[in-house]
Amino acid sequence: MPAVRGDGMRGLAVFISDIRNCKSKEAEIKRINKELANIRSKFRGDKTLDGYQKKKYVCKLLFIFLLGHDIDFGHMEAVNLLSSNKYSEKQIGYLFISVLISANNELMKLIIQSIKNDLSSRNPIHVNLALQCIANIGSREMAETFGSEIPKLLVSGDTIDVVKQSAALCLLRLLRTLSDIIPSGEWTSRIVHLLNDQHMGVVTSAVNLIDALVKKNPDEYKGCISLAVSRLSRIVTASYTDLQDYTYYFVPAPWLSMKLLRLLQNYPPPEDPGVRGRLIECLETILNKAQEPPKSKKVQHSNAKNAVLFEAISLIIHMDSEPNLLVRACNQLGQFLQHRETNLRYLALESMCLLATSEFSHEAVKKHQETVVTALKTERDVSVRQRAVDLLYAMCDKTNAEEIVGEMLNYLETADYSIREEMVMKVAILAEKYASDYTWYVDVILNLIRIAGDYVSEEVWYRVIQIVINREDVQGYAAKTVFESLQAPACHENMVKVAGYILGEFGNLIAGDQRSSPFVQFNLLHSKYHLCAAQTRALLLTTYVKFVNLFPEIRVDIQNILKSNSNVRNSEVELQQRSMEYLQLSQIASSDVLATVLEEMPPFPERESSILAILKKKKPGMSEGVTGPLKENKHPAAVINNTGVSYTKNSENAPSLAVSADLLGISSSLHQPTINSAPPASSNNTSTNLLVDVFGETTSPTAGGAKSAIGDGIIVKNEESLKKFICKHNGILFENDLLQIGIKSEYRQNLCQMGLFYGNKTNFQFLSFTPSISSPNNLSTKLNIQVKPVDTVVEAGAQVHQILNVECIEDFTDLPLLTIQFIYCNVQQKLTLRLPLTINKFSEPTVMNSESFFTRWKNLNNPTQEAQKIFKATYPMDSEAVKAKLIGFGIQLLTGIDPNPENYVCAGIIHTRTLQVGCLIRLEPNTQAQMYRLTIRSSKDTVSKELCKLLHELF
Amino acid sequence: MLQFMLLFSRQGKLRLQKWYVAHPDKQKKKITRELLAILLARKPKMCSFLEWKDLKIVYKRYASLYFCCAIDQNDNELLTLEIIHRYVELLDKYFGSVCELDIIFNFEKAYFILDELLLGGEIQETSKKNVLKAIAAQDLLQEDDAVEIALKELGLV
Repeated sequence: MPAVRGDGMRGLAVFISDIRNCKSKEAEIKRINKELANIRSKFRGDKTLDGYQKKKYVCKLLFIFLLGHDIDFGHMEAVNLLSSNKYSEKQIGYLFISVLISANNELMKLIIQSIKNDLSSRNPIHVNLALQCIANIGSREMAETFGSEIPKLLVSGDTIDVVKQSAALCLLRLLRTLSDIIPSGEWTSRIVHLLNDQHMGVVTSAVNLIDALVKKNPDEYKGCISLAVSRLSRIVTASYTDLQDYTYYFVPAPWLSMKLLRLLQNYPPPEDPGVRGRLIECLETILNKAQEPPKSKKVQHSNAKNAVLFEAISLIIHMDSEPNLLVRACNQLGQFLQHRETNLRYLALESMCLLATSEFSHEAVKKHQETVVTALKTERDVSVRQRAVDLLYAMCDKTNAEEIVGEMLNYLETADYSIREEMVMKVAILAEKYASDYTWYVDVILNLIRIAGDYVSEEVWYRVIQIVINREDVQGYAAKTVFESLQAPACHENMVKVAGYILGEFGNLIAGDQRSSPFVQFNLLHSKYHLCAAQTRALLLTTYVKFVNLFPEIRVDIQNILKSNSNVRNSEVELQQRSMEYLQLSQIASSDVLATVLEEMPPFPERESSILAILKKKKPGMSEGVTGPLKENKHPAAVINNTGVSYTKNSENAPSLAVSADLLGISSSLHQPTINSAPPASSNNTSTNLLVDVFGETTSPTAGGAKSAIGDGIIVKNEESLKKFICKHNGILFENDLLQIGIKSEYRQNLCQMGLFYGNKTNFQFLSFTPSISSPNNLSTKLNIQVKPVDTVVEAGAQVHQILNVECIEDFTDLPLLTIQFIYCNVQQKLTLRLPLTINKFSEPTVMNSESFFTRWKNLNNPTQEAQKIFKATYPMDSEAVKAKLIGFGIQLLTGIDPNPENYVCAGIIHTRTLQVGCLIRLEPNTQAQMYRLTIRSSKDTVSKELCKLLHELF
Repeated sequence: MLQFMLLFSRQGKLRLQKWYVAHPDKQKKKITRELLAILLARKPKMCSFLEWKDLKIVYKRYASLYFCCAIDQNDNELLTLEIIHRYVELLDKYFGSVCELDIIFNFEKAYFILDELLLGGEIQETSKKNVLKAIAAQDLLQEDDAVEIALKELGLV
């Protein structure tokens, strides 16, 4: 047994030895159980234990706990030790509590009382023990109890340095638990001035606290900028002997320097030219020192020196205003790229990712492309190679895209399995973003499938199809290429899917060539059919029926396949159904009907690449820099405008929306095949059923979750912004210090696509970010809301985009609730807002003449069909403003109908799935009395009432 | 800030754990298990940093012991490595060429030293001299206690 200093506990040492001598796990457990029984009987026994014994047993329990066993007693004895007048006993008591007691323990009251006593002790060592305990547990209760005491301790002139140090970090911990204990006003300047403290240890502790305070309230703590710069300046110009023990391996105060540089990254470059000049001098000095020969060969020296250098480079990148410094930083990192220390190469690659996003240094970073490619090929550690991939991704632009994508594809053949999927997505994104020639894009994606087919996620191959469908110029090439790819002896199933889809749409473009005649295409595809999974087969069946339309000459061959036993009697319902329906379709429908039903897919609506979202989700910590360059280009060029598509017929409308809900609509949960129109096997309303399926399936969990969400959330009063949204679709729904929520919505008949934009306004990540939608009362039976999940991490300053697809089933009055939960600086945040989804959003303006207006008006003469309100004007009675509001409300303003030209007459149709409700509206202003009379008639009483309620608030 | 620090042996035995963010015990065990498996599988010359979930892991092996810290995305990796080194230096100075056994038998001391170096997941005191001074002051108080107990046993007080 090694010698023990202080006061050794012999019994403990013996016990530890015993445990170590145990030959087996069983023997260990036996010995521990024996000890636990012994301690339990000692604690229960009549004989009162003295402090030393209590301490010894508590310490044994702690040891047993640290071995990984559960401890369910002894807490009380540990708490007793806190009030011992012997330091050694107190200390063990505190240790046990720090390690074993959770914040909500029932003994917390007693513990807090003991801490209170020790805080007021005259012995600073006791005070520190208490502070350390608070910092270790940091419960809410402690924050409430001590939140106002500790700042006093921190700035008091009577407090000695070591206590100040603990107090600063203790306060920081409490601040993280409960952010409203922030000391402000008089405290601010006194805390900021700790940066000037004589004692380096105090400054080091305090700068951590100040950094946190600045993040919460940058303006109030602005004064720290100049103090931090001058402190930093004194350190970087100090010789290593000046700072004595705060010099670490010849580097003056590296921790403090790093923290100061980090503190300054909370602010834009200093405005004061003097301060700014001084800061730039500091940064230059740090860069200069990096070029000096090392003062020691020890790795600690180079680590500490380079840690400060990397932090300085971070600040330079953050300031993004000194081209000269940025380029110097880049050159410095360039040297590190070939350093023999793996750690430095790793960090240089990481840092360069950020540099690549600055316009000043992007070109300088690109000079290192070759080195980075070499790193990708030769680094032995996969985590370093991963960084190289990130950097290549970040430095990619139009000029080097082909080269970088080429290198990444090369590497992919031998890449580690752990990073393949991510690489595939990155290659797919780069190829799409920088493609000037879409044949290249198609080649890249098909290569991806060929090389790493297993790692090509659905998003990737969905995307290539979207792009091919939207770009006419590449369709022929795509058809030819997939056809060639299919001829390879081994062909990945994802390739079969892409080929199936593309040939089904554009096979005709290559059918002129005898080598790829319809029959050859069909045979080639069908030769893969039996090797594929059900989902792929389902897709191929759709391809076949599309061939029936494209190539009538092979219709019989296809019908034979469709009616083969293996399809018609397949155990997969989906395949059975598709075979049956397609067979019927090919036999019954005339060629005209076939041509309409099996028409080429319309272009996809413009949308962001979903690959990017997946990539971010996969790497929540992905630095801003990596995503940075992609953000500029929100709408990749490949997606062509979809103005050419008109949704004239209802039956067409539904499936196209269904497609957008499910990308390509081939998921087997869809029991209806997705083709341009409803198959004849079902009646005309299949299209609506189809839509129900898509929505119905996803809504149920939302509705289920709703119950728990309602009730415990605090509903934010966003009435004002709600009112504003009644007559507009886009805008800011909510904003506070942390979060901004914007809305962008599009309505088409009874459908709505609503985009929610969550912006993180802080300098911190939001973690566990979960927005959810709930429907109060029975709203879920009236509105189908389908929510796309979003990333659970929202980077500082970043925006997350969420899409809701909404279908209005019948008219409704309640508003859906949006509940947002996230963790900001370790504090759980929750807020609930009402979404501006009102019934008038599903209204379509209707034009009619005076005669038909009045005929309809008279027909709606049932008293329940009318709703009327007479009310005082809240806003100026300006006719233009009123008109704008009425139009924004979604109804047609009809002129020349009412004999009185002052009156406003409007008409609209509210679309729901079950019903279309015609609405007639008349608004009569009385300028003298500053009053309005609003009368609404519609075929449904609830609609009249609700519209009346919504509309009258606007004037 | 530092989220947690783990010390474990090459055989995968956990020797010390310090959590600066509260987790349920089950979660702690799971995290520990996962990280031990990842780090023990890494080869000697590999990089000391790796990404893990949304944290960065910084680790270093000293003789038979692995020291592993989890830090936030924007923390400084190199100086975390040096926090580990400073801690090792402190242990070394205190115990006189520290070995794994010292930490096993004096785990409470290892905790006390760590609490002087780091508090609430942030560095509190970087000066080796000052930390050792604080620990020496603690020991002095402990020894006073020990003397008192000894005297009591002898019936002298």
